Amino acid sequence: MYVAVKGGEAAIRNAHRLLADRRRGDRSVPALRLDQIVEQLGLGVDRVMSEGSLYDRELAALAIVQARGDLIEAIFLVRAYRTTLPRFGYTRPIDTAAMLAERRVSATYKDLPGGQVLGPTFDYTHRLLDPELATGAEVAQPDRREDADAEPMPRVSDILGHEGLIEADGPLPAGHVTGDITREPMEFPMDRDTRLQALSRGDEGFLLALAYSTQRGYARSHPFVGEVRIGEVELELDVPELDFPVTLGRIRVTECQMVNQFKGSAKAPPQFTRGYGLVFGQSERKAMAMSLCDRALRASELGEDITAAAQDEEFVISHSDNVQATGFVEHLKLPHYVDFQAELDLVRRMRAEHEAKSADETHREAAE
Amino acid sequence: MPRTDSSAVQTADHITGGFAKPVFDAQAIFRAVMDAMARPGTIQPTKAETQPPRPLSPVAAAITLALCDNDTPLWLDPALRQSAAVASWLGFHTGAPSADTPADAHFALVADPAGLIAFENFAQGTQEYPDRSTTLILQVTSLSSGAQLVLEGPGIDGRAAFAPTPLPRHFVEQWKQNRARFPRGVDLIFAAPEGIACLPRTTRIRAMEG
Amino acid sequence: MRRGQEREPNAARKAAMAAFAQASRDQLRELIQAAGLSTEAKPLRGPETGLVTVRGRIGGGGASFNTGEATVTRATVQLPSGQVGHAYALGRDKEKVRLAAILDATWCAEETRATVEDKIVAPLQRLQAEADARRRAEAAATKVDFFTMVRGED
Repeated sequence: MYVAVKGGEAAIRNAHRLLADRRRGDRSVPALRLDQIVEQLGLGVDRVMSEGSLYDRELAALAIVQARGDLIEAIFLVRAYRTTLPRFGYTRPIDTAAMLAERRVSATYKDLPGGQVLGPTFDYTHRLLDPELATGAEVAQPDRREDADAEPMPRVSDILGHEGLIEADGPLPAGHVTGDITREPMEFPMDRDTRLQALSRGDEGFLLALAYSTQRGYARSHPFVGEVRIGEVELELDVPELDFPVTLGRIRVTECQMVNQFKGSAKAPPQFTRGYGLVFGQSERKAMAMSLCDRALRASELGEDITAAAQDEEFVISHSDNVQATGFVEHLKLPHYVDFQAELDLVRRMRAEHEAKSADETHREAAE
Repeated sequence: MPRTDSSAVQTADHITGGFAKPVFDAQAIFRAVMDAMARPGTIQPTKAETQPPRPLSPVAAAITLALCDNDTPLWLDPALRQSAAVASWLGFHTGAPSADTPADAHFALVADPAGLIAFENFAQGTQEYPDRSTTLILQVTSLSSGAQLVLEGPGIDGRAAFAPTPLPRHFVEQWKQNRARFPRGVDLIFAAPEGIACLPRTTRIRAMEG
Repeated sequence: MRRGQEREPNAARKAAMAAFAQASRDQLRELIQAAGLSTEAKPLRGPETGLVTVRGRIGGGGASFNTGEATVTRATVQLPSGQVGHAYALGRDKEKVRLAAILDATWCAEETRATVEDKIVAPLQRLQAEADARRRAEAAATKVDFFTMVRGED
């Protein structure tokens, strides 16, 4: 028998009220402003933008406050919000070679055009907690090198490309229509463009773990960071009413070109192959993990044996979205009273049968 | 790329004449289309508050504005394609890309139904995704002064009738073939000055009289 | 000759619109006021906020793929003279985008183009170039100058 029940409105209402109270915390502490979060917790904001798949700093900051700092909850809020907006179109592809780069490092070439620019990095810090930050002490202005001419920063892949020892930027067959996982249901096997879209919004922790697994020998791919760059790129959009692409402004992105030694296969000669990472905001870890996963997922394209989790497209892509993952895991706590009742009946029946059977067997053994 | 300064002196009539209240107007038209689709053959009166460039009709324009956006490739019949003003007006108001072929179109906008190519040229959907077919918006002069179409099928209590004109060539025969492709097939929206009527692919035409 | 007029008109208009899109609401408001320009206009569309899907290229230069979305606000206005103007900008600031559309329309009108170029576009481009130069210089200060300590073969 199925009995529909209803209830809990008052409890839910009060739970939300309690949540609002706990979110605000001690009223004698000033409430956070969004600009404080945007300015001072910028990398948290970037993560929400990247995995929420929506570039809007202020909205990401709002989501972080509303989620009490729970970034996956904040990402969920941002994803929900973006479904309420109409879509005006697809931008022209961004040109990362023309980036106003704040950081650009290469692990493969010491002296490359544009140089090694460290930018605002945690690298080379001592990872010692700094009590001065807690006192709100003044922070010095950054140094400037004014004589710096705007030296172009060609992509490192173009440098190796001259020797023919590295594969080209990923082309797709002529006439290929760029896939969009926000419009079409995912189908496996995927094309690389669709896979990159899924990876770009994928969970940083999940991609990081998979990337790490490839380094530890599960789908060994001999990676080097050809280059990581962080900075601002211009967005342009073609619109019907103007016969030129309109400039929308700039967004900050992180790009990683991973270069992988490849011993060759039936499908491709020995060369350097590549994995690519591109994410919203400043997130080197995510971009690097993404590029390692991208490379691992190209196994069948390059004629490699698929032996590890990171090479299994269905496994990686189906589990990389933390909004989907949290939805399915967390729904387990919601009422399953009826399901459980049915399971309980089933287990009781099985147990009764089991006991009857063993009693039967005991009886038979005794009889023999 | 050197180009002329056409956009800098863009005339306003390629742009004006959209919905006055975009959200409410689009909702009202959507409701009318939905009701017309649910009850085939009924005429749903609309107040189409658009002034599109000719030969696009205000009601057909209103339906297009309500249904089309950046994700819905739109096919225009030759009568509409001739007018640059129509293309730029629709582009501005819907953002819908133009469909390269009728088979790529999510929607087709037809100002001259009598000259229309056969329905089978449009996207028919697939067995798995029958919804991936073209919805045709036919601009007609009347829903009551043509030959009477007697209808049967889901959403019709017994029989219904309406009399749109002008109609595509061999309409009844074409519609029979469209029915035969079920669940694939196109759906029709008739846009007339008096309102909106629909023929979803589930509807059978019993007879054509008059 | 003014910089806007020596280039071909679409490029000049595109550059002006880019300057408006990258300015803040307060910057636009102050410059419009200082230039004595009218902001009387009829909205033809928006201001309204939506999304654009940002595209990248595989490997930086290969086939395009969708990276994610960004909020964009757009507006189309008509001046009392009949001139139409458009604006698009990242973010959700509707008032800023409305002002930008008015400025585009004002730029499109031949008789006010010079004023917009001189009083709005030029100052904005100067500010934006200064900000870029500052950030470039700050990044350049973190550039590594390698020097050789010991050569192995010596």
